[in-house]
Amino acid sequence: MTSGVRRSLRATAVQITAVVVGLALGGLSLAAIGVSPYDGISSLLEAAFGSELALTQTALKAVPLALTGLAVAVCMRMRLWNIGAEGQFHAGAIGATWAALAFPTGSTLVLVPLMVVAAMAAGAAWALIAAVPRALWGVNEIITTLLLNYVAILGVAYLVTGPWRSAAGLNFPVTDVFGPGARLPALGGGLLHVGVLFPLVAAAVLLVLLQRSRWGFTVRMIGASPQAARVAGMSTARSVVGIMLIAGALAGVAGMVEVSMSFGRLRQGISPGYGYMAILIAALAGARILGTLAISFLFAGFVVGGFALQALGVPQSFVLLLQGLILFSALAGTALTRRPRMLGRPPGRRGPAHVAKEEPSTP
Amino acid sequence: MDGAPVSAEQPLVALRGIVKEFSGVRANDGVDFELRAGEVHALLGENGAGKTTLMNVLAGLARPDAGTVEIRGDDTAVRSPRAAIDRGIGMVHQHFRLVDRFTVAENVTLGWHAPKALLRRRPLEREIARLSELYRMPVQAGRPVWQLSVGEQQRVEILKNLYRGAQVLILDEPTAVLTPQESLALVDSLRRMAAEGRGIVFISHKLDEVMAVADRITVLRRGRNVATVATSDTTQGELARMMIGHDLPQAAAPDDRQAGAGVLRLDAVEADDDRGLPALRGVDLEVRAGEIVGLAGVAGNGQLALAEVVVGLRPLSGGRVLFEDRDVSGWSIARRIGAGIGYCPEDRLRHGVAPTLSIAENLIAKSYRRRPVSGRLLLDRRGARRAAAELAERFDIRGADLDAPVASLSGGNVQKVLLAREISADPRLLIAAQSTRGLDVHAAEATRRLLLEQRNAGRAVLLISEDLDELVRMSDRIAVIYEGRIMGTFPAHEADEEEIGLLMAGRRP
Repeated sequence: MTSGVRRSLRATAVQITAVVVGLALGGLSLAAIGVSPYDGISSLLEAAFGSELALTQTALKAVPLALTGLAVAVCMRMRLWNIGAEGQFHAGAIGATWAALAFPTGSTLVLVPLMVVAAMAAGAAWALIAAVPRALWGVNEIITTLLLNYVAILGVAYLVTGPWRSAAGLNFPVTDVFGPGARLPALGGGLLHVGVLFPLVAAAVLLVLLQRSRWGFTVRMIGASPQAARVAGMSTARSVVGIMLIAGALAGVAGMVEVSMSFGRLRQGISPGYGYMAILIAALAGARILGTLAISFLFAGFVVGGFALQALGVPQSFVLLLQGLILFSALAGTALTRRPRMLGRPPGRRGPAHVAKEEPSTP
Repeated sequence: MDGAPVSAEQPLVALRGIVKEFSGVRANDGVDFELRAGEVHALLGENGAGKTTLMNVLAGLARPDAGTVEIRGDDTAVRSPRAAIDRGIGMVHQHFRLVDRFTVAENVTLGWHAPKALLRRRPLEREIARLSELYRMPVQAGRPVWQLSVGEQQRVEILKNLYRGAQVLILDEPTAVLTPQESLALVDSLRRMAAEGRGIVFISHKLDEVMAVADRITVLRRGRNVATVATSDTTQGELARMMIGHDLPQAAAPDDRQAGAGVLRLDAVEADDDRGLPALRGVDLEVRAGEIVGLAGVAGNGQLALAEVVVGLRPLSGGRVLFEDRDVSGWSIARRIGAGIGYCPEDRLRHGVAPTLSIAENLIAKSYRRRPVSGRLLLDRRGARRAAAELAERFDIRGADLDAPVASLSGGNVQKVLLAREISADPRLLIAAQSTRGLDVHAAEATRRLLLEQRNAGRAVLLISEDLDELVRMSDRIAVIYEGRIMGTFPAHEADEEEIGLLMAGRRP
């Protein structure tokens, strides 16, 4: 895979440069509001990555981002825009909550797998609603997945204000607190729990599936050229449904982790927009699996570090600005590195066939 | 050749000692070129000979590393396309530079006049109509470009350049996208422009066409001049020798074996095109084992739809497709592939291969379901690699890094990748659509040889081509399609070009 490796190294270099440039631009904007850029950026990074506690918090924050990020990234591999990770996340939260409320056992070993499965099924089912019309009639998935987000979020609102409202909740729109069996087992002595392994396991499975399996090959072929894949006898419809089911399941697990560990119950406002940040993350990662993990960790760090900035009088929304600047730097970097590649080709190889005539031939 | 006055005075354009390197490879290595007013000057050479590069230098798209560009005696460097246009140089590229959503008139004026407050449509459309009339290039000024056929789009490109006052018109392989009729009309229009004292540069690698259109011919090979000759002083054979360094290789002569059993039968097949209009209106056709059936016809008369209904890409609206006596009309594409239907589509880079995937991946795109490419659960990487490497070796896909994207290959090698993939699947029927289009002489000949080998190996081959000579040379039988109907089928050795020509035009002789 020499040329493939070279390409992906180059892409990684562009992304790292983009992060540095984005941080530098962020520093400039800090200076503009009268905060020392050095203090600002260093306290941000310190709070995000500077200590064991910081790293732990960042890792935990990265879990929903990475899982939803993967949910968007796998779809991008097939030129599908899954804007619905947010909705699939909420559907997963509902599924997990249903399991936790329906089987209030104290046994983690029983309940947690049950919640995970229920969350995956619910998330996948939610994605399926958009996947089937897309596969059969070409209904634009951008619109359907986006709209289904609102339905899922309102679905959570309905459940916590209606049928699942806790009697002990002082009339707040929340469900009962889950039992002890609904919490993910801790990992090590601190705050870490097994949820941080979920994105890693998911990434490993996806890598094997996409790179090594027959089905993954069809997904990559369809992503690279739907027409050529069709001529080769590959079924786009089946792959669309398959990849969307996987995406929904991934985002659903993210919802499960959040209700299990961050809230311990279902309520409104369980996501600050993970599913939307996920689109940014997947785009920045160029839909690559490991890249998605790395960038979600970075973004999680910014979210965690953003709190520290408030101590310096910097609004929390600075984090959003920073994410925007990094995205712009990355887009600029991609655009700039793509250009010379089209002009200067390594000697001894011809250009793309359709411009072959503009290129010298080499015997 | 016929008539245009060739002035002996100062040339319109003189390129001297042009050198242009692309990352270490010399596309042009000291090329001289001279264009006189009133002549059609063909620039002939194989793919990669440096024709387009040389003209890009003249049109201000590429700056030469050495050499001078002299336009009407003025050797100021041409620094940009705009500067070239201002000095009367216009180029029609192989891939048109038109805005699809704009009308013809808008495209013609695009980026040209400093916009006043309002675009004056009437005078513009009148001027377009005048030019279109003058050079016999019919266009409808008010229609958006996306509605136009490729031939019409090309006329818009030419008119755009004339409107901008081009005295020198460069056309890069203009006939590659045209039907034979359109090509004739284009040649006629070009002659008119030349007769007015313009200079026309006609880039091509087709010998017959160059002989028909040009007054003089400059032959390039590997970035160097071979010769410049007057058309009247040369022959196709001589040009071929100059272009490729030796005589044209001969395709194997069709032998007189008996064709075997029927493999493919179309029975009153009807189908619609993408717009829902009938593309096939009751096609009957049979292809037997061990024969090549050539499908002749002007582009757009149902050839594509015919290939697609056989492969399964297009649903039937009537009739049946029989493959080895089984009705496959309702079968999926994958099932037909499995049954032994191979297909090399016309649009290789869109329908044939996935350009951004690697050569290896494209080679296995149909065999990935089986051993040795596939293991029990996962793809067998080593098996896939070995299979791909074997194919690259067997089909002589040269200079290929198997992990490089297919898009990095030349057109001829892309075709080889495609043929390798289809042939290695051991099909009983192979459909090859426009398989030599856009290929240089060598690659085209290699492709033909492969197809003939398939026939000789007892496979049924359906060859779709707009190149009549090719069809006559290769086919055992020829069927002519016109407006979705088969006008006639006859043995190739009885083929009479005039008769076929009439059938292609929809007339029964």
